[in-house]
Amino acid sequence: MQILDLVPITKDIRKLIIKSIASIGSGHVGGSLSIVEVLTVLYFREMNIDPNNPKMEGRDRLIVSKGHSGPGVYATLARRGYFPEEKLYTLNKIGTDLPSHCDMNKTVGVDMTTGSLGQGFSSAVGAALGSKIKNDGATIYCIIGDGESDEGQVWEAAMFASYAKLNNLVVFLDYNKMQIDGYVKDNKHPADVIRKWDSFGFYTQYVNGHDMKAIVQALDNVKAYRQEKGDKPNMIILDTVKGKGVSFAEKALVGSHSMPVTKELMEQALKELEEV
Amino acid sequence: MELRQALAKTLAELMRENNKIVILDADLSKANGTDSLYKEFPNRCYNVGVSEQNMASMAAGLSTYGFTPVIVTFTPFATRRICDQIAVSIAYAKQKVVIIGTDPGITAEMNGGTHMSFEDVGVMRSIPKMVIVDIVDDVQLMKALPHIINYPSAVYVRMPRKSRPTVFDENYQYRFLKADVLKEGKDVTIIASGTMVYEAQVAAKMLAEKGIDAELISANCIKPLDEETILKSIKKTNKVLVCENHNVIGGLFSAVAELIVSKYPVKAKAVGVMDEFGQVGKYQELLEVYHMTPADIAKATMKLVNDKE
Repeated sequence: MQILDLVPITKDIRKLIIKSIASIGSGHVGGSLSIVEVLTVLYFREMNIDPNNPKMEGRDRLIVSKGHSGPGVYATLARRGYFPEEKLYTLNKIGTDLPSHCDMNKTVGVDMTTGSLGQGFSSAVGAALGSKIKNDGATIYCIIGDGESDEGQVWEAAMFASYAKLNNLVVFLDYNKMQIDGYVKDNKHPADVIRKWDSFGFYTQYVNGHDMKAIVQALDNVKAYRQEKGDKPNMIILDTVKGKGVSFAEKALVGSHSMPVTKELMEQALKELEEV
Repeated sequence: MELRQALAKTLAELMRENNKIVILDADLSKANGTDSLYKEFPNRCYNVGVSEQNMASMAAGLSTYGFTPVIVTFTPFATRRICDQIAVSIAYAKQKVVIIGTDPGITAEMNGGTHMSFEDVGVMRSIPKMVIVDIVDDVQLMKALPHIINYPSAVYVRMPRKSRPTVFDENYQYRFLKADVLKEGKDVTIIASGTMVYEAQVAAKMLAEKGIDAELISANCIKPLDEETILKSIKKTNKVLVCENHNVIGGLFSAVAELIVSKYPVKAKAVGVMDEFGQVGKYQELLEVYHMTPADIAKATMKLVNDKE
Protein backbone atom coordinates (compact mmCIF):
# COMPACT_ATOMS: atom_id res chain seq x y z
CA MET A 1 0.00 0.00 0.00
CA GLN A 2 1.18 3.53 -0.82
CA ILE A 3 2.26 5.65 2.13
CA LEU A 4 -0.31 8.34 1.36
CA ASP A 5 -3.06 5.74 1.60
CA LEU A 6 -1.82 4.76 5.04
CA VAL A 7 -2.49 8.19 6.55
CA PRO A 8 -6.29 7.79 6.86
CA ILE A 9 -5.71 4.37 8.40
CA THR A 10 -3.68 5.90 11.22
CA LYS A 11 -6.61 8.23 11.90
CA ASP A 12 -9.03 5.29 11.97
CA ILE A 13 -6.78 3.40 14.37
CA ARG A 14 -6.41 6.39 16.69
CA LYS A 15 -10.19 6.83 16.74
CA LEU A 16 -10.67 3.15 17.54
CA ILE A 17 -8.11 3.33 20.36
CA ILE A 18 -9.90 6.27 21.95
CA LYS A 19 -13.36 4.80 21.44
CA SER A 20 -12.40 1.41 22.85
CA ILE A 21 -10.68 2.88 25.92
CA ALA A 22 -13.62 5.28 26.43
CA SER A 23 -15.95 2.28 26.40
CA ILE A 24 -14.39 1.09 29.68
CA GLY A 25 -13.56 4.57 30.97
CA SER A 26 -9.77 4.48 31.19
CA GLY A 27 -6.71 2.68 29.87
CA HIS A 28 -3.25 2.79 28.34
CA VAL A 29 -3.74 5.74 26.04
CA GLY A 30 -0.25 7.24 25.70
CA GLY A 31 1.81 4.23 24.68
CA SER A 32 -0.91 2.99 22.32
CA LEU A 33 -1.09 6.28 20.43
CA SER A 34 2.69 6.64 20.17
CA ILE A 35 3.11 3.49 18.05
CA VAL A 36 0.18 3.90 15.62
CA GLU A 37 2.39 4.76 12.64
CA VAL A 38 4.70 1.78 13.04
CA LEU A 39 1.74 -0.57 13.59
CA THR A 40 0.13 0.79 10.43
CA VAL A 41 3.26 0.40 8.33
CA LEU A 42 3.80 -3.14 9.59
CA TYR A 43 0.24 -4.48 9.29
CA PHE A 44 -0.82 -2.64 6.13
CA ARG A 45 2.37 -2.67 4.11
CA GLU A 46 5.33 -4.65 5.38
CA MET A 47 4.34 -7.86 7.08
CA ASN A 48 3.68 -11.12 5.28
CA ILE A 49 0.46 -11.97 7.08
CA ASP A 50 -3.06 -13.12 6.32
CA PRO A 51 -5.88 -12.02 8.65
CA ASN A 52 -7.92 -14.98 7.36
CA ASN A 53 -5.12 -17.37 8.28
CA PRO A 54 -3.60 -15.78 11.38
CA LYS A 55 -1.40 -18.79 12.22
CA MET A 56 -0.04 -19.08 8.66
CA GLU A 57 3.23 -21.03 8.48
CA GLY A 58 6.23 -18.85 7.71
CA ARG A 59 4.36 -15.60 8.39
CA ASP A 60 6.10 -12.54 9.69
CA ARG A 61 5.43 -11.93 13.37
CA LEU A 62 5.16 -8.93 15.63
CA ILE A 63 5.79 -9.20 19.34
CA VAL A 64 4.78 -6.04 21.18
CA SER A 65 7.03 -6.35 24.19
CA LYS A 66 5.56 -3.21 25.72
CA GLY A 67 2.42 -5.26 26.18
CA HIS A 68 0.44 -2.40 27.73
CA SER A 69 0.00 -1.07 24.19
CA GLY A 70 -2.66 -3.74 23.77
CA PRO A 71 -5.40 -1.23 22.86
CA GLY A 72 -3.20 0.07 20.01
CA VAL A 73 -2.55 -3.45 18.77
CA TYR A 74 -6.23 -4.44 18.97
CA ALA A 75 -7.41 -1.35 17.10
CA THR A 76 -4.87 -2.13 14.36
CA LEU A 77 -5.82 -5.82 14.16
CA ALA A 78 -9.52 -4.92 13.96
CA ARG A 79 -8.89 -2.32 11.26
CA ARG A 80 -6.82 -4.90 9.37
CA GLY A 81 -9.68 -7.39 9.47
CA TYR A 82 -8.56 -9.91 12.09
CA PHE A 83 -11.84 -9.45 13.97
CA PRO A 84 -14.87 -7.13 13.88
CA GLU A 85 -14.41 -3.61 15.23
CA GLU A 86 -17.35 -4.18 17.60
CA LYS A 87 -15.12 -6.52 19.58
CA LEU A 88 -12.98 -3.51 20.56
CA TYR A 89 -15.75 -2.37 22.88
CA THR A 90 -15.26 -5.47 25.02
CA LEU A 91 -11.82 -4.13 26.02
CA ASN A 92 -11.07 -5.07 29.64
CA LYS A 93 -14.63 -6.17 30.29
CA ILE A 94 -14.94 -9.41 32.22
CA GLY A 95 -14.33 -12.45 30.00
CA THR A 96 -12.98 -10.36 27.11
CA ASP A 97 -10.55 -11.54 24.44
CA LEU A 98 -8.92 -8.11 24.63
CA PRO A 99 -7.17 -7.64 27.98
CA SER A 100 -5.02 -4.62 28.84
CA HIS A 101 -1.84 -6.50 27.98
CA CYS A 102 -1.33 -8.56 24.82
CA ASP A 103 -2.31 -12.22 25.17
CA MET A 104 -1.63 -14.70 22.36
CA ASN A 105 -4.13 -17.20 23.73
CA LYS A 106 -6.99 -14.73 23.82
CA THR A 107 -6.58 -12.42 20.82
CA VAL A 108 -6.50 -13.57 17.21
CA GLY A 109 -3.40 -12.16 15.53
CA VAL A 110 -1.34 -11.60 18.67
CA ASP A 111 1.92 -13.56 18.37
CA MET A 112 3.10 -13.53 21.99
CA THR A 113 1.80 -12.86 25.48
CA THR A 114 3.55 -9.79 26.88
CA GLY A 115 3.16 -7.28 29.66
CA SER A 116 5.87 -8.15 32.15
CA LEU A 117 8.44 -5.86 30.62
CA GLY A 118 11.57 -7.14 28.91
CA GLN A 119 10.19 -10.60 28.35
CA GLY A 120 8.61 -10.03 24.95
CA PHE A 121 11.92 -8.92 23.51
CA SER A 122 13.55 -12.17 24.65
CA SER A 123 10.63 -14.10 23.18
CA ALA A 124 11.11 -12.27 19.89
CA VAL A 125 14.77 -13.27 19.98
CA GLY A 126 13.63 -16.87 20.55
CA ALA A 127 11.20 -16.65 17.64
CA ALA A 128 13.88 -15.14 15.39
CA LEU A 129 16.21 -17.99 16.37
CA GLY A 130 13.39 -20.45 15.65
CA SER A 131 12.91 -18.92 12.20
CA LYS A 132 16.64 -19.24 11.54
CA ILE A 133 16.65 -22.91 12.59
CA LYS A 134 13.58 -23.58 10.43
CA ASN A 135 14.98 -21.41 7.64
CA ASP A 136 11.48 -20.19 6.79
CA GLY A 137 12.57 -16.71 5.72
CA ALA A 138 10.27 -14.89 8.13
CA THR A 139 11.02 -11.53 9.69
CA ILE A 140 10.33 -11.15 13.40
CA TYR A 141 9.36 -7.62 14.43
CA CYS A 142 9.34 -6.42 18.01
CA ILE A 143 8.38 -3.15 19.67
CA ILE A 144 9.99 -2.26 22.99
CA GLY A 145 9.56 0.83 25.15
CA ASP A 146 12.17 3.24 26.44
CA GLY A 147 10.75 2.86 29.94
CA GLU A 148 10.84 -0.89 29.38
CA SER A 149 14.54 -0.55 28.59
CA ASP A 150 15.15 -0.04 32.32
CA GLU A 151 14.81 -3.83 32.50
CA GLY A 152 18.10 -5.71 32.51
CA GLN A 153 16.50 -8.50 30.49
CA VAL A 154 16.32 -6.18 27.47
CA TRP A 155 20.10 -6.05 27.39
CA GLU A 156 20.49 -9.77 27.98
CA ALA A 157 18.30 -10.34 24.93
CA ALA A 158 20.17 -7.72 22.90
CA MET A 159 23.53 -9.35 23.54
CA PHE A 160 22.27 -12.77 22.51
CA ALA A 161 20.54 -11.42 19.37
CA SER A 162 23.72 -9.84 18.09
CA TYR A 163 25.86 -12.82 19.13
CA ALA A 164 23.53 -15.15 17.20
CA LYS A 165 23.50 -12.79 14.18
CA LEU A 166 19.72 -12.57 14.08
CA ASN A 167 19.43 -10.23 11.11
CA ASN A 168 15.84 -11.45 10.69
CA LEU A 169 14.94 -9.56 13.88
CA VAL A 170 13.74 -5.97 13.51
CA VAL A 171 13.24 -4.17 16.81
CA PHE A 172 11.57 -0.79 17.17
CA LEU A 173 12.21 1.37 20.21
CA ASP A 174 9.21 3.56 21.04
CA TYR A 175 11.39 6.45 22.19
CA ASN A 176 8.72 8.68 23.72
CA LYS A 177 11.02 9.57 26.63
CA MET A 178 8.39 8.96 29.26
CA GLN A 179 7.52 6.25 31.73
CA ILE A 180 4.90 5.98 34.45
CA ASP A 181 6.62 7.90 37.21
CA GLY A 182 8.11 10.64 35.02
CA TYR A 183 10.53 11.25 32.21
CA VAL A 184 12.91 8.36 31.54
CA LYS A 185 15.87 10.68 32.09
CA ASP A 186 14.55 11.54 35.56
CA ASN A 187 14.28 7.89 36.57
CA LYS A 188 17.46 6.51 35.11
CA HIS A 189 20.32 7.69 32.93
CA PRO A 190 19.15 6.49 29.51
CA ALA A 191 22.49 7.28 27.84
CA ASP A 192 22.77 7.94 24.12
CA VAL A 193 20.27 5.45 22.71
CA ILE A 194 21.80 5.42 19.23
CA ARG A 195 25.31 4.71 20.46
CA LYS A 196 23.98 2.26 22.99
CA TRP A 197 22.18 0.09 20.44
CA ASP A 198 25.03 0.45 17.99
CA SER A 199 27.50 -0.74 20.60
CA PHE A 200 25.26 -3.70 21.45
CA GLY A 201 25.80 -4.85 17.87
CA PHE A 202 22.57 -3.71 16.20
CA TYR A 203 22.25 -2.11 12.77
CA THR A 204 20.76 1.03 14.26
CA GLN A 205 18.67 3.76 12.64
CA TYR A 206 16.90 6.77 14.15
CA VAL A 207 13.73 8.15 12.57
CA ASN A 208 10.73 10.32 13.35
CA GLY A 209 8.33 7.68 14.60
CA HIS A 210 5.29 9.53 13.29
CA ASP A 211 6.70 9.88 9.75
CA MET A 212 5.63 6.76 7.91
CA LYS A 213 7.80 7.64 4.92
CA ALA A 214 10.81 7.60 7.26
CA ILE A 215 9.74 4.28 8.82
CA VAL A 216 9.30 2.71 5.40
CA GLN A 217 12.69 4.04 4.32
CA ALA A 218 14.31 2.56 7.44
CA LEU A 219 12.72 -0.82 6.68
CA ASP A 220 13.94 -0.57 3.08
CA ASN A 221 17.41 0.11 4.47
CA VAL A 222 17.10 -3.05 6.58
CA LYS A 223 16.21 -5.08 3.48
CA ALA A 224 19.16 -3.65 1.56
CA TYR A 225 21.44 -4.31 4.52
CA ARG A 226 20.33 -7.93 4.68
CA GLN A 227 20.73 -8.35 0.93
CA GLU A 228 24.30 -7.19 1.32
CA LYS A 229 24.71 -10.05 3.81
CA GLY A 230 24.60 -7.75 6.82
CA ASP A 231 24.26 -10.10 9.77
CA LYS A 232 23.40 -7.77 12.66
CA PRO A 233 19.96 -7.62 14.21
CA ASN A 234 18.15 -4.38 13.47
CA MET A 235 17.12 -1.52 15.72
CA ILE A 236 14.93 1.30 14.44
CA ILE A 237 14.60 4.00 17.09
CA LEU A 238 11.27 5.78 16.70
CA ASP A 239 11.38 9.32 18.02
CA THR A 240 7.80 9.53 19.23
CA VAL A 241 5.37 11.58 21.30
CA LYS A 242 3.46 9.80 24.04
CA GLY A 243 -0.25 10.28 23.36
CA LYS A 244 0.45 11.43 19.79
CA GLY A 245 -2.46 12.86 17.79
CA VAL A 246 -4.88 13.42 20.68
CA SER A 247 -4.41 16.76 22.43
CA PHE A 248 -5.70 15.75 25.87
CA ALA A 249 -3.30 12.81 25.90
CA GLU A 250 -0.33 14.80 24.63
CA LYS A 251 -1.00 17.49 27.26
CA ALA A 252 -1.19 14.87 30.00
CA LEU A 253 2.48 14.05 29.29
CA VAL A 254 3.58 11.21 31.61
CA GLY A 255 0.01 11.10 32.93
CA SER A 256 -1.12 9.61 29.62
CA HIS A 257 0.36 6.20 30.43
CA SER A 258 -2.97 5.08 31.82
CA MET A 259 -5.65 7.73 32.04
CA PRO A 260 -9.42 8.24 32.11
CA VAL A 261 -11.18 8.86 28.81
CA THR A 262 -14.63 10.37 29.38
CA LYS A 263 -17.32 10.62 26.73
CA GLU A 264 -16.53 14.34 26.41
CA LEU A 265 -12.81 13.72 25.94
CA MET A 266 -13.63 11.03 23.40
CA GLU A 267 -15.90 13.38 21.40
CA GLN A 268 -13.22 16.06 21.50
CA ALA A 269 -10.54 13.62 20.31
CA LEU A 270 -12.69 12.24 17.50
CA LYS A 271 -13.41 15.79 16.31
CA GLU A 272 -9.71 16.67 16.36
CA LEU A 273 -8.79 13.57 14.40
CA GLU A 274 -11.47 14.42 11.83
CA GLU A 275 -10.05 17.89 11.37
CA VAL A 276 -6.39 16.93 10.90
CA MET B 1 26.25 -43.13 36.02
CA GLU B 2 26.28 -39.48 37.00
CA LEU B 3 22.85 -37.99 36.44
CA ARG B 4 24.26 -35.27 34.20
CA GLN B 5 25.73 -37.99 31.98
CA ALA B 6 22.37 -39.73 31.94
CA LEU B 7 20.75 -36.42 31.03
CA ALA B 8 23.07 -35.74 28.10
CA LYS B 9 22.92 -39.33 26.85
CA THR B 10 19.13 -39.43 26.88
CA LEU B 11 18.74 -35.95 25.39
CA ALA B 12 21.10 -36.95 22.55
CA GLU B 13 18.98 -40.02 21.82
CA LEU B 14 15.79 -37.98 21.86
CA MET B 15 17.30 -35.20 19.73
CA ARG B 16 18.28 -37.70 17.06
CA GLU B 17 14.63 -38.70 16.71
CA ASN B 18 13.02 -35.33 17.36
CA ASN B 19 14.42 -32.31 15.50
CA LYS B 20 12.22 -29.92 17.49
CA ILE B 21 14.24 -30.24 20.70
CA VAL B 22 16.47 -27.22 21.34
CA ILE B 23 18.85 -26.97 24.32
CA LEU B 24 19.51 -23.66 26.06
CA ASP B 25 22.22 -23.29 28.68
CA ALA B 26 23.22 -20.31 30.82
CA ASP B 27 26.97 -20.73 31.24
CA LEU B 28 26.59 -24.02 33.09
CA SER B 29 26.70 -26.47 30.17
CA LYS B 30 29.93 -27.99 31.46
CA ALA B 31 28.58 -28.30 34.99
CA ASN B 32 25.39 -29.89 33.74
CA GLY B 33 26.90 -32.16 31.10
CA THR B 34 24.93 -30.63 28.22
CA ASP B 35 28.17 -29.33 26.64
CA SER B 36 28.58 -32.77 25.08
CA LEU B 37 25.51 -32.11 22.87
CA TYR B 38 26.87 -29.04 21.10
CA LYS B 39 29.10 -30.91 18.68
CA GLU B 40 26.42 -33.25 17.38
CA PHE B 41 23.62 -30.66 17.33
CA PRO B 42 25.27 -27.29 16.58
CA ASN B 43 22.03 -25.73 15.32
CA ARG B 44 19.97 -26.85 18.30
CA CYS B 45 22.22 -26.03 21.27
CA TYR B 46 22.74 -22.47 22.45
CA ASN B 47 24.57 -21.05 25.40
CA VAL B 48 22.96 -17.71 26.22
CA GLY B 49 25.55 -16.81 28.83
CA VAL B 50 24.72 -15.79 32.37
CA SER B 51 21.23 -14.57 31.56
CA GLU B 52 18.58 -16.92 32.85
CA GLN B 53 15.74 -14.43 32.44
CA ASN B 54 16.49 -14.10 28.75
CA MET B 55 16.89 -17.87 28.49
CA ALA B 56 13.41 -18.53 29.89
CA SER B 57 11.56 -16.01 27.71
CA MET B 58 13.63 -16.96 24.65
CA ALA B 59 12.63 -20.56 25.22
CA ALA B 60 9.00 -19.44 25.24
CA GLY B 61 9.58 -17.66 21.91
CA LEU B 62 11.09 -20.85 20.46
CA SER B 63 8.08 -22.76 21.73
CA THR B 64 5.71 -20.38 19.89
CA TYR B 65 7.66 -21.41 16.82
CA GLY B 66 6.91 -25.10 17.39
CA PHE B 67 10.12 -26.11 19.10
CA THR B 68 10.49 -27.97 22.40
CA PRO B 69 13.13 -26.01 24.29
CA VAL B 70 14.96 -27.53 27.25
CA ILE B 71 16.52 -24.94 29.55
CA VAL B 72 19.14 -26.18 31.98
CA THR B 73 20.71 -24.47 34.98
CA PHE B 74 21.07 -24.85 38.76
CA THR B 75 17.74 -25.11 40.64
CA PRO B 76 17.80 -21.64 42.28
CA PHE B 77 18.41 -19.97 38.92
CA ALA B 78 15.90 -22.24 37.15
CA THR B 79 13.12 -21.25 39.54
CA ARG B 80 13.28 -18.37 42.01
CA ARG B 81 15.53 -16.20 39.83
CA ILE B 82 13.22 -16.49 36.81
CA CYS B 83 9.90 -17.02 38.53
CA ASP B 84 8.21 -14.19 36.61
CA GLN B 85 9.57 -15.30 33.23
CA ILE B 86 8.33 -18.83 33.90
CA ALA B 87 4.97 -17.58 35.16
CA VAL B 88 4.31 -15.16 32.29
CA SER B 89 6.32 -16.11 29.18
CA ILE B 90 6.05 -19.87 29.70
CA ALA B 91 3.12 -20.88 31.91
CA TYR B 92 0.58 -18.11 31.34
CA ALA B 93 1.42 -18.02 27.63
CA LYS B 94 0.89 -21.83 27.58
CA GLN B 95 4.27 -22.58 26.09
CA LYS B 96 5.88 -25.98 26.25
CA VAL B 97 9.29 -25.57 27.85
CA VAL B 98 11.19 -28.18 29.84
CA ILE B 99 12.91 -26.52 32.79
CA ILE B 100 15.72 -28.58 34.25
CA GLY B 101 17.04 -27.46 37.62
CA THR B 102 20.12 -29.33 38.75
CA ASP B 103 21.46 -29.85 42.25
CA PRO B 104 18.30 -29.24 44.25
CA GLY B 105 18.50 -28.69 47.99
CA ILE B 106 21.49 -30.15 49.78
CA THR B 107 22.88 -31.78 46.63
CA ALA B 108 24.31 -28.31 45.89
CA GLU B 109 26.89 -29.25 48.55
CA MET B 110 29.93 -26.89 48.41
CA ASN B 111 28.06 -24.23 46.45
CA GLY B 112 26.38 -23.46 49.74
CA GLY B 113 23.59 -21.15 50.86
CA THR B 114 23.27 -18.95 47.78
CA HIS B 115 22.94 -21.95 45.48
CA MET B 116 21.03 -24.27 47.81
CA SER B 117 17.38 -24.14 46.83
CA PHE B 118 15.01 -25.22 49.56
CA GLU B 119 12.18 -23.22 48.00
CA ASP B 120 12.18 -24.17 44.31
CA VAL B 121 9.26 -26.58 44.61
CA GLY B 122 7.27 -23.96 46.54
CA VAL B 123 7.94 -21.38 43.84
CA MET B 124 6.96 -23.73 41.05
CA ARG B 125 3.97 -25.33 42.79
CA SER B 126 2.29 -21.95 43.00
CA ILE B 127 2.37 -21.51 39.21
CA PRO B 128 -0.86 -22.87 37.68
CA LYS B 129 -0.61 -26.14 35.73
CA MET B 130 3.15 -26.48 36.28
CA VAL B 131 4.22 -30.12 36.44
CA ILE B 132 7.03 -30.83 38.92
CA VAL B 133 9.12 -33.97 38.66
CA ASP B 134 11.64 -34.84 41.39
CA ILE B 135 14.20 -37.31 40.05
CA VAL B 136 15.39 -40.20 42.21
CA ASP B 137 18.30 -41.70 40.27
CA ASP B 138 19.90 -42.03 36.84
CA VAL B 139 17.71 -44.96 35.78
CA GLN B 140 14.55 -43.04 36.55
CA LEU B 141 15.85 -39.92 34.80
CA MET B 142 16.53 -41.81 31.58
CA LYS B 143 13.10 -43.42 31.64
CA ALA B 144 11.31 -40.19 32.56
CA LEU B 145 12.82 -37.84 29.97
CA PRO B 146 10.94 -39.13 26.90
CA HIS B 147 7.63 -38.60 28.74
CA ILE B 148 8.71 -35.15 29.92
CA ILE B 149 9.76 -34.07 26.42
CA ASN B 150 6.50 -35.31 24.90
CA TYR B 151 4.20 -33.84 27.56
CA PRO B 152 2.14 -31.00 26.03
CA SER B 153 2.85 -28.33 28.65
CA ALA B 154 5.71 -27.01 30.78
CA VAL B 155 7.51 -29.39 33.14
CA TYR B 156 9.99 -28.55 35.88
CA VAL B 157 12.51 -31.29 36.57
CA ARG B 158 14.68 -31.14 39.69
CA MET B 159 17.63 -33.51 39.55
CA PRO B 160 21.05 -33.95 41.13
CA ARG B 161 24.00 -33.64 38.75
CA LYS B 162 26.27 -36.22 40.30
CA SER B 163 25.99 -39.92 41.10
CA ARG B 164 23.31 -41.10 43.47
CA PRO B 165 22.74 -44.55 44.96
CA THR B 166 20.52 -46.48 42.58
CA VAL B 167 16.97 -47.16 43.71
CA PHE B 168 15.51 -48.43 40.45
CA ASP B 169 16.81 -51.21 38.21
CA GLU B 170 16.71 -51.60 34.44
CA ASN B 171 13.33 -53.36 34.55
CA TYR B 172 11.71 -50.36 36.20
CA GLN B 173 8.55 -49.23 34.39
CA TYR B 174 8.29 -45.48 34.80
CA ARG B 175 4.74 -44.19 34.73
CA PHE B 176 4.64 -40.44 34.15
CA LEU B 177 2.70 -38.46 36.79
CA LYS B 178 2.43 -41.61 38.92
CA ALA B 179 3.99 -42.50 42.24
CA ASP B 180 5.66 -45.84 42.89
CA VAL B 181 4.98 -48.02 45.90
CA LEU B 182 8.48 -49.30 46.58
CA LYS B 183 7.55 -51.35 49.61
CA GLU B 184 4.15 -52.33 50.88
CA GLY B 185 3.47 -52.04 54.59
CA LYS B 186 0.66 -51.62 57.08
CA ASP B 187 1.87 -49.47 60.01
CA VAL B 188 2.73 -46.14 58.41
CA THR B 189 3.09 -44.54 54.99
CA ILE B 190 6.41 -42.90 54.20
CA ILE B 191 6.25 -40.63 51.16
CA ALA B 192 9.58 -39.40 49.80
CA SER B 193 10.74 -37.70 46.63
CA GLY B 194 14.02 -37.18 44.80
CA THR B 195 17.18 -37.97 46.70
CA MET B 196 15.20 -38.65 49.87
CA VAL B 197 13.72 -41.82 48.36
CA TYR B 198 16.99 -43.65 48.89
CA GLU B 199 17.33 -42.34 52.45
CA ALA B 200 13.76 -43.40 53.19
CA GLN B 201 14.43 -46.82 51.71
CA VAL B 202 17.31 -47.31 54.14
CA ALA B 203 15.10 -46.04 56.95
CA ALA B 204 12.36 -48.53 56.04
CA LYS B 205 14.83 -51.37 56.50
CA MET B 206 15.87 -49.97 59.91
CA LEU B 207 12.23 -49.77 60.87
CA ALA B 208 11.56 -53.35 59.76
CA GLU B 209 14.26 -54.50 62.16
CA LYS B 210 12.32 -52.77 64.92
CA GLY B 211 9.11 -54.44 63.91
CA ILE B 212 7.54 -51.50 62.08
CA ASP B 213 6.12 -52.34 58.70
CA ALA B 214 6.28 -49.10 56.70
CA GLU B 215 4.82 -48.60 53.25
CA LEU B 216 7.24 -46.58 51.12
CA ILE B 217 6.03 -44.39 48.27
CA SER B 218 8.27 -42.56 45.83
CA ALA B 219 6.34 -39.42 44.88
CA ASN B 220 8.00 -39.00 41.50
CA CYS B 221 5.71 -36.16 40.56
CA ILE B 222 5.14 -33.50 43.21
CA LYS B 223 2.60 -31.70 41.06
CA PRO B 224 0.18 -33.09 40.17
CA LEU B 225 0.36 -35.49 43.10
CA ASP B 226 -0.66 -39.07 42.48
CA GLU B 227 -3.61 -38.74 44.82
CA GLU B 228 -4.95 -42.20 44.13
CA THR B 229 -1.79 -44.04 45.19
CA ILE B 230 -1.27 -41.84 48.24
CA LEU B 231 -4.86 -41.98 49.49
CA LYS B 232 -5.01 -45.73 48.99
CA SER B 233 -1.93 -46.13 51.17
CA ILE B 234 -2.91 -43.79 53.99
CA LYS B 235 -6.40 -45.26 54.18
CA LYS B 236 -4.59 -48.46 55.07
CA THR B 237 -1.96 -47.04 57.48
CA ASN B 238 -3.66 -43.89 58.80
CA LYS B 239 -0.28 -42.25 59.40
CA VAL B 240 2.05 -40.47 57.01
CA LEU B 241 5.62 -39.25 57.17
CA VAL B 242 6.87 -37.09 54.30
CA CYS B 243 10.60 -36.86 53.45
CA GLU B 244 11.85 -34.12 51.20
CA ASN B 245 15.09 -32.42 50.23
CA HIS B 246 13.40 -29.03 50.50
CA ASN B 247 11.89 -26.65 53.02
CA VAL B 248 8.95 -28.40 54.70
CA ILE B 249 6.99 -25.25 53.84
CA GLY B 250 5.80 -25.20 50.25
CA GLY B 251 7.12 -28.53 49.06
CA LEU B 252 6.04 -32.18 49.09
CA PHE B 253 4.93 -32.10 52.74
CA SER B 254 2.68 -29.14 52.00
CA ALA B 255 1.30 -30.88 48.92
CA VAL B 256 0.54 -34.06 50.87
CA ALA B 257 -0.92 -32.05 53.76
CA GLU B 258 -3.21 -30.15 51.39
CA LEU B 259 -4.39 -33.45 49.96
CA ILE B 260 -5.09 -35.25 53.22
CA VAL B 261 -6.66 -32.27 54.97
CA SER B 262 -9.32 -32.09 52.29
CA LYS B 263 -9.75 -35.79 51.51
CA TYR B 264 -8.64 -38.01 54.39
CA PRO B 265 -7.24 -36.29 57.50
CA VAL B 266 -4.62 -38.37 59.31
CA LYS B 267 -1.61 -37.55 61.46
CA ALA B 268 1.30 -36.35 59.32
CA LYS B 269 4.89 -35.36 60.05
CA ALA B 270 7.79 -34.21 57.92
CA VAL B 271 11.49 -34.85 57.62
CA GLY B 272 13.06 -32.07 55.62
CA VAL B 273 14.57 -28.64 56.02
CA MET B 274 12.79 -26.89 58.88
CA ASP B 275 12.54 -23.40 57.38
CA GLU B 276 16.30 -22.83 57.25
CA PHE B 277 18.71 -21.52 54.61
CA GLY B 278 21.41 -23.69 53.07
CA GLN B 279 25.13 -23.82 53.79
CA VAL B 280 28.26 -25.45 52.46
CA GLY B 281 29.00 -29.07 53.29
CA LYS B 282 29.10 -32.57 51.89
CA TYR B 283 25.80 -34.31 51.16
CA GLN B 284 26.13 -36.66 54.12
CA GLU B 285 27.12 -33.84 56.45
CA LEU B 286 24.17 -31.75 55.33
CA LEU B 287 21.80 -34.69 55.81
CA GLU B 288 22.97 -34.76 59.42
CA VAL B 289 22.83 -30.99 59.93
CA TYR B 290 19.23 -30.82 58.73
CA HIS B 291 18.22 -34.08 60.47
CA MET B 292 17.37 -35.88 57.27
CA THR B 293 19.42 -39.09 57.65
CA PRO B 294 17.80 -42.55 57.51
CA ALA B 295 18.19 -42.66 61.31
CA ASP B 296 16.30 -39.37 61.59
CA ILE B 297 13.58 -40.70 59.31
CA ALA B 298 13.34 -43.90 61.35
CA LYS B 299 13.19 -41.93 64.59
CA ALA B 300 10.47 -39.61 63.30
CA THR B 301 8.51 -42.60 62.02
CA MET B 302 8.75 -44.42 65.37
CA LYS B 303 7.51 -41.34 67.16
CA LEU B 304 4.60 -41.03 64.75
CA VAL B 305 3.68 -44.70 65.00
CA ASN B 306 3.87 -44.68 68.79
CA ASP B 307 1.91 -41.43 69.10
CA LYS B 308 -1.36 -42.56 70.65
CA GLU B 309 -3.01 -39.13 70.79
